[in-house]
Amino acid sequence: MSTTGASMSDTAARPLDLPAVVKECGLTALVMFALAVGMVAFYTEDVPGGLEIATRFGAVVAVTLLGFFGRLAIVLLREGRPFPVLVVALPFTVLMLVALLSLNFFDAETAETLKNYLPVGDVVVNWIVVIMAGVFTLRAFWALRHTGASAKTVVDREKAMDNFAARVQRASRFIGPLLLGIAVVFPLLAFFPDSPFVPKVDRRLLDIAILVVTYVMLGWGLNIVVGLAGLLDLGYVAFYAVGAYSYALLATHYDLGFWVCLPFAGLMAATAGIILGFPVLRLRGDYLAIVTLGFGEMIRVILLNWYEFTNGPDGISGIPRPTFFGLPFSRSASDGGETFHGFFGLTYSPIDRIIFMYYVILALALITNLFTLRIRKLPIGRAWEALREDEIACRSLGMNPRNTKLTAFSIGAMFGGFAGSFFATRQGFISPESFTFVESAVILAVVVLGGFGSQIGVVLAAIILIGLPEFFRELQQYRMLAFGAAMVLIMIWRPSGLLAHREPTIRLWRERDGGPPEKTQAAEESA
Amino acid sequence: MSALRSERVDPNAPLLGVEHLTMRFGGLVAIDDVSFDAEDKKITAIIGPNGAGKTTVFNCLTGFYKPTVGRLTLNHPRKGPYLLERMEGYQIPQKAAVARTFQNIRLFSQMSVLENLIVAQHNKLMEASAFTFAGLFGLPRYRHAEAEAVELARYWLNRVGLEDRADWDAGNLPYGDQRRLEIARSMCTEPVLLCLDEPAAGLNPRESADLNRLLTFIRDEHNIGLLLIEHDMSVVMEISDHIVVLDYGRKISDGNPDEVRNDPAVIRAYLGEEEDEELPPEVAEDLASDKSDKR
Ligand SMILES: Nc1ncnc2c1ncn2[C@@H]1O[C@H](COP(=O)(O)OP(=O)(O)OP(=O)(O)O)[C@@H](O)[C@H]1O
Ligand SMILES: [Mg+2]
Repeated sequence: MSTTGASMSDTAARPLDLPAVVKECGLTALVMFALAVGMVAFYTEDVPGGLEIATRFGAVVAVTLLGFFGRLAIVLLREGRPFPVLVVALPFTVLMLVALLSLNFFDAETAETLKNYLPVGDVVVNWIVVIMAGVFTLRAFWALRHTGASAKTVVDREKAMDNFAARVQRASRFIGPLLLGIAVVFPLLAFFPDSPFVPKVDRRLLDIAILVVTYVMLGWGLNIVVGLAGLLDLGYVAFYAVGAYSYALLATHYDLGFWVCLPFAGLMAATAGIILGFPVLRLRGDYLAIVTLGFGEMIRVILLNWYEFTNGPDGISGIPRPTFFGLPFSRSASDGGETFHGFFGLTYSPIDRIIFMYYVILALALITNLFTLRIRKLPIGRAWEALREDEIACRSLGMNPRNTKLTAFSIGAMFGGFAGSFFATRQGFISPESFTFVESAVILAVVVLGGFGSQIGVVLAAIILIGLPEFFRELQQYRMLAFGAAMVLIMIWRPSGLLAHREPTIRLWRERDGGPPEKTQAAEESA
Repeated sequence: MSALRSERVDPNAPLLGVEHLTMRFGGLVAIDDVSFDAEDKKITAIIGPNGAGKTTVFNCLTGFYKPTVGRLTLNHPRKGPYLLERMEGYQIPQKAAVARTFQNIRLFSQMSVLENLIVAQHNKLMEASAFTFAGLFGLPRYRHAEAEAVELARYWLNRVGLEDRADWDAGNLPYGDQRRLEIARSMCTEPVLLCLDEPAAGLNPRESADLNRLLTFIRDEHNIGLLLIEHDMSVVMEISDHIVVLDYGRKISDGNPDEVRNDPAVIRAYLGEEEDEELPPEVAEDLASDKSDKR
């Protein structure tokens, strides 16, 4: 099938190869049908006396038809015939929109019967269909308005995206502090009296913020391994787990505080990184990914089965909370000591502790970021990037590839360990269930979406992938679907990630007074 | 940067001694009992038809392969002899100061030209940054070392005419510039022996004349030995001091350019063996013209 790479210029006059089009669309429909039969057609239903298998063949037909016509729209747009697409997609979009929106105006019973007339049983999926139809409509409209203008090639688009990312990166000199300012100030809004002008900051929002920042930190930590050193690590959660268990065990057995244990937890995770990395870092690419995936699972299985040590599936509870220089955030100190609110003469409020937690993870994340930015400009950081580019060339320059990779792996692991011990202290309870492969996948998704090596991209991706789903809790069951869709789109659209762009770590010519003036890279490339 | 010859351990030993080098890949004998020397301040060329085993010699020298048999001695002018066949791959450039380039260019293409040259000084800089700790806190010792590294890079950029493009991504350079950058990068490791694998491949005549000048400059001004694999005879005959000819993994000739040029064994290797006569005449003719084209 020649479905890709057809250029859009001067295709308008070409006659449509009808059999080929039908074949292409039919094939898509067939794939959709096969998937739908497996995944949509049957489901179990609660009936009195047990479960019963129910069917929804209507949905299968709808999915198959949607596949066919969706592909047809893509083909027609590709062949430079937007008009029929517009004619079909516009009324379809409008009709569906009206139908979906009007659902809210009927009482529950009518709405329920009305839903039966929608192409797919579920309202959210219908919304997805509408959005796609809307996208087709807009693209067809755009194509009609701009006839003759040749479409951008893939290379052009990549260059434009890279320019954009470069601009963002340069602007991050301002965006960074701005974001930081917002991040620092926003929890304080919780103390603001209720007013219509200030967004309401409550416990739920703070919890989400803590979660997002935790993933930002994990993303930055993993970015050292994946983005800089180019080692695809699918078992990053193992180090997160080691950090969490190190803190939990040290704290519950030896009565040590969070701040004392934090360096130990990092050290333990880094050691785990070295132990795991030593035998496997000679592998490359996919092989390394598979082995790290295995190691990630091994750690989880060990935690699950080493009952005497880790308390197995029951997990560890009663993990102490961090203190503010020894001042606990509780209503009253257990051993008659001073509490945080008592010391500062405040009235006790449970949100104090949440805000404190937020600042702890923010500080940890910032340390990770500063460390990464700094080490990128040091010989070891450059060596990591060089290893990612060409290991053989590195060896020929006298670099020890194994040790260099090990440092990247263990330093990345160390930050994972820090984040892990924060996780333990925040939750107060940990069990192996928190450290499944999905967790690794989510962290990796944050890095991939944000852009390998892009610090600000990771923040953006964490907000999109972690923050938004938390806000739209009702859509929780579609979270993995959205994840998958986001990954597929990014792979098609920009495999290096949304904001991936690499600035040299050192320059011979300063950017502004631009060295040899007319010979900048951009100028010569566009020439 | 000049060699302190007086401190040399054995002043009469050649810079590089290759003795009875044999490399087998399973049943295939890629190099068969090859011995030759390479001198300080001389350009030693290794030539031979495709598949003769030239790159394999380099791979043995620079630790990418472990030779099946043989001894490879590098007499470092200041640090004494090293037995290369016993060293780890990455230690050969680090300790014995042997640098190399690759037949198919291997640059860090997403990194800038300058960064490529800074990475080449990795070991020096790692030490100066006290394995990252001094660097992390920006101690002056590291800052000086980095400034020095940039100066060395600037020197070589200037030499290969890439100073203007120091901040480009290496992958965006034209082909000829990439070849020269790779040479500059290996020179930034401050080697005593530089091994170049077909540096003139794909260059136009003007670029290849430039290359001749660069290589003779390195030999004369930096007092190091060069080992050169090359198919382009205009380069080889003009600048080599000594030529080693390989064919099917065996050394068939060894001497100065004039001797090698007139050696019947070399002519036979390049124009076709006597055995060709056993083939049908048309085929033999084809083969002969085919091979001579490659010169
Ligand atoms: N890693 C390896 N495994 C198996 N065989 C190899 C390996 N490396 C090289 N060879 C074989 O050794 C022989 C010599 O190869 P080599 O690359 O040294 O030739 P060359 O003289 O550099 O040729 P060219 O002029 O084409 O670069 C070839 O037959 C090649 O197939
Ligand atoms: Mg070769």
